[in-house]
This record gives sequence, structure tokens and C-alpha cells, in this order.
Amino acid sequence: MASFTPASLAGARIGDWVFKGLLTVAALAVPVLLTFLVWELWSGARQAIGEFGLGFLTSSEWDPVSGQFGALPLIFGTVVSSALALLIAVPLSLGVAIFLTEFAPMSIRGPVAFLIELLAAIPSVVYGLWGIFVMIPFLRATVYPFLKDTLGFLPFFQGPIYGPGMLSAAVILAIMVMPYIISVSREVLLAVPNTQREAAMALGATRWEALTGAVLPYARSGIIGAVILGLGRALGETMAVTMVIGNRHEIAASFFAPGYTMAAAIANEFSEAVENIHLSALSYVALTLFVVTVLINAAARLLIWRVARGGGGRSA
Amino acid sequence: MSRAASRRLRSHFMVGLMGLAVVVAVLPLLLILGTLVAKGASSLDLAFFTQGPVPAGETGGGVLHAIVGTLLIVGTACCIGLPLGIGGGIYCAEFPASRLALVTRFVSDVLNGTPSIVVGVFAWTWIVATQKHFSALAGSAALAILMIPMVTRTTEEMITLVPHSLREAALALGYSRWRTSLTVVVRTTLPGIVTGSLLAVARVAGETAPLLFTALGSQYLSFNLDQPMAALPLVVFNYATGPYEEWHRLAWAAALVLILVVLTLSVAARLATRRKFSPYG
Repeated sequence: MASFTPASLAGARIGDWVFKGLLTVAALAVPVLLTFLVWELWSGARQAIGEFGLGFLTSSEWDPVSGQFGALPLIFGTVVSSALALLIAVPLSLGVAIFLTEFAPMSIRGPVAFLIELLAAIPSVVYGLWGIFVMIPFLRATVYPFLKDTLGFLPFFQGPIYGPGMLSAAVILAIMVMPYIISVSREVLLAVPNTQREAAMALGATRWEALTGAVLPYARSGIIGAVILGLGRALGETMAVTMVIGNRHEIAASFFAPGYTMAAAIANEFSEAVENIHLSALSYVALTLFVVTVLINAAARLLIWRVARGGGGRSA
Repeated sequence: MSRAASRRLRSHFMVGLMGLAVVVAVLPLLLILGTLVAKGASSLDLAFFTQGPVPAGETGGGVLHAIVGTLLIVGTACCIGLPLGIGGGIYCAEFPASRLALVTRFVSDVLNGTPSIVVGVFAWTWIVATQKHFSALAGSAALAILMIPMVTRTTEEMITLVPHSLREAALALGYSRWRTSLTVVVRTTLPGIVTGSLLAVARVAGETAPLLFTALGSQYLSFNLDQPMAALPLVVFNYATGPYEEWHRLAWAAALVLILVVLTLSVAARLATRRKFSPYG
């Protein structure tokens, strides 16, 4: 219990002042770090930016010996592996999220959601280890030959099967981004008012029709946000991809062929690079990756907020 | 078939399909955990925890150097990251409409989505390049930078759950602002803050990418934060991608230890809040 002598009031004022000061320092740390991060990436990349300009992003030559660097194969690999991963992960994730919020018995909702959160807790390097020694041998022995036999007329499924390659990276990425897409879409679906479902059911809709007709349209922008958030994760994922994508600076049409991503190239080459221009080129890659993920995350947040605040979704 | 029956059938079919998706989604978790135990458990003997590595090609040896390294690197990261993260979170909750809170909140979200490898490059240019040598401290700094925005956001979210009446009651009793914050509001939400912190620790403990060119890794047991240091995730990566059968065996065992640590932290984090997280508890 506080007493109100002048001395104690003065003490409280000083206490408040110190308290707020300390908190302000902590709160300032975040924006200061970001500014610093952008500045350091920029200064690291400046030499490469000066040398190659924006042409860096469209050139595909990567030769540390002659000092020629172009990031197109890296960008290609990043985009293709992430896009393929989403192609696999999105239908599955939405199925899980919808099942858990709309249809599953109450008693299993919590435990299943918990298991899926554990999936998100597994370190990337462990996914990579599992990918190298379990997943790739399995895919190489069963799934890839099957794909080659049935879909081999497409350029994507032609050529030799190495094991490590674009499709292997996509599969492991799909497993890794699934928990994020599931958990955000669950939140979004839970934010859809029950009146939407009840109204549809009252009109005689089946549960599936209520979902597609009344729930999903309302949650649409939030779900797109969840998918974009998953895309942001996939683009920046490093270790697991480095371990299974094959690491070759090449653009190939076949999904079986080895590729490379921006994050993987930084992980592999940064500590071995000796020339300044090589380091600078890798910093340039890091800066590009950073800018892309920031834009993607900002877009995703915006879409999710619209639904979570209840104002955005158009009701059907 | 009548129209109503076919609509019902279609509904049941789609729901069943989504149930199947749940099975497919949970399967990798079980497969990964199963393989880790199957391939790693047999290598977890006393030598694994008490010895350092042996020269390449020989059998035996352990990962004591990496266990010590991970403890030191993550511990140091916590010392830097947790106070700043929790402090920032309290600020955002206490002064929610201030311009700094808005900026901090937004920037935290941006940093949370930043790939950890980019943070590694940042720590390299900032610390390693200026000091001209790799160091465990640079690795800790990178991990701390990953922790701060995570902890800031969870702390703020937890504190906003505390009812206003509690704060008002304390202020009405004549408590000063800082004592209200610390002894009433923060005290009430402590389990939530612990949860957020544990989750952040669990996440960075498994991070490899930011350590690759900061802490670098080492073959020796070292307690010097100013020198390169081994860490469990680095050991898993180096041994898994190396050529020796013996290394692969150790990689599985190290991965099993790593995942046990991470999962224990994650589950402990859940329990911390489940145990009576009511504002009046």
C-alpha cells in the first residue's frame, strides 16, 4: 500500500521516469536494428551493385574466378521451388485448416493442432538430414520413376533422376510451410462469424455448400494472406533446401535437375568466398532476398488484418 | 439418385477428403520423429555426451564441444535478446498508441518474416568483418536479433490480455505507474511471457543458417566467446553433408538430441500457460 507523502510521490515520479526510459530503449532496439540491418546489407552489396547494377538480377553467369556474377539461376530456383512447394502445400493445408475448424470432432481439434505446431518447431537442419537420408532415396526409388513414366511427355519430368533437385526441395519446403499456412488459415476461419454458417445451413445447404458458399468467400482475403505468408517462409528457407536441392548454378526445365536458391547460395559460398566482389555479390543476393520477403510479408499481413478486424471480407 | 442425396454424398466425400489431408499432414511429423529415434537412439551413449570429436575416418567420439557451444551461444543470445524483447513488448502494451509502439510493432512483424540467413549476413558484416575473425559472440548476436522481434510481439500480446480493471485497481490504490506495471500487470502475465520466451529460445536453438559464418563451428571444446565455436545444428549440417558413414551416425544422434531439446522447450512453453493462466490466478 502506497502512502502519499511528498517524498514518496517524488520517488514514484522518478521511478516512472526511469521505467519509461528503460522501456523506450528496448522498444527503440527493434527499429534501430532494422535500420542498421538495411544499412549493413546495402554497404556490403554496394561494390556489386556498382559493378553489375540491376543486370545482376537478369544475368545467369556465376564465375567467382573471373569475377562475373549474375543471380538469375538463384532467383529462378527460389521462385520455382517455392511455387512448387505451395502447389503441394496449399491444398493440403487448407484441407487441414478447414477440417479442424469446421468438421472435426471437438475432442481431436486441440491435439491435432498441437501436433502440427510441433511440425513447425522441428529445426530446418533436421528436415535437411531427414531429406537427404530418408525422403530422397524414397522419392528416387518410387515417386520419380512413376512421374517420369506417366508425365514424361512434359519437359518438367524428363532427363536423368539425380535425387537431389528442384522437386525434392519443393517437397521438403511443402512439409515445412504447411504448419504456418494451417495455423494462420485456422485463425482466419475462426474469425468468420457463426451467423454466416447458420444462415447457409438454414437455407438448406449441406455442410460443404455452407463452407464454399458462405464461409470461404468471407475468409478469402485472409486465406490468401496465409498462403502469401507461407510463400515468404518458403523463399527464405535455407538449410533444408541447401541440403536437398543439389546446389548448381543452372536453369533447367526439368524438376528432377539440381538447382540453387538465393538462400542456399549464401549459406554455401559466404564463408568460403575470398574475393571482395564475391562477398559483395552474395550480399547483393541477401539484400534482394530481404527486400522480396519484406514486400511479401507486408502484403500478407495487410490481407490477414482485413479479415481479423472483421471489416474486409465480403459476405456472400 | 435424388438431387438431395447426391448433394449430401458430395458433402460427405469432400469432408472425408479433408480428413485425409489431416492424416497426410501429420504423417511427416511421425516419420521424422520415428526415423530420428530409430537411427539416433542407439548412438546416445556416455561417450557421445562426454567426448569431443575424433579425427575424420575414425569411429567413436562425441559432441560435447557442440553441446557446450550451443548452451553458451544460445545462453548469451538470451542475455541480449530477452531483456530487449520483453522490454519492447511491455513498452508496446503500456503505450499502445504512441508512435514508437506503432513503429516497433510493424518493424517486429517485418523482422519476424526476415530469413535467418539474411540476419546471418548482417551479423557477419557488422561483427565478423569489423573484427576480422569469426566468433561465437557474432553468432549470439545473430540469434538475439532473431529473438527480439519474436519476444516483443508475444509479450505485448500476452500483456494486452490483462483486464484493464486490474491496472485501474492498482492505480486507484496509489501505486505508481511503474509498480503497477511490474508488480501487477507483468506479474499477472508472467506465465505468458515465459511461454513466449521459451518458444523463442526453442526456435533459435535449432537455427543453423545464422551461425554458418558467425560462430563457424569448431573441432575443439571451447569456452571463449571471442573465438569460433561448435554448435549442435552446425554439427548436424556438417556431418550430414560429409562423406563418412561414422559422421552420418553422429549426425542422426546429434539431431535427436537437438530435437529433444527443442520439443521439450516447446512443450514446456505450452504447459507454462496452460497451468492456470487466468488473470486472477
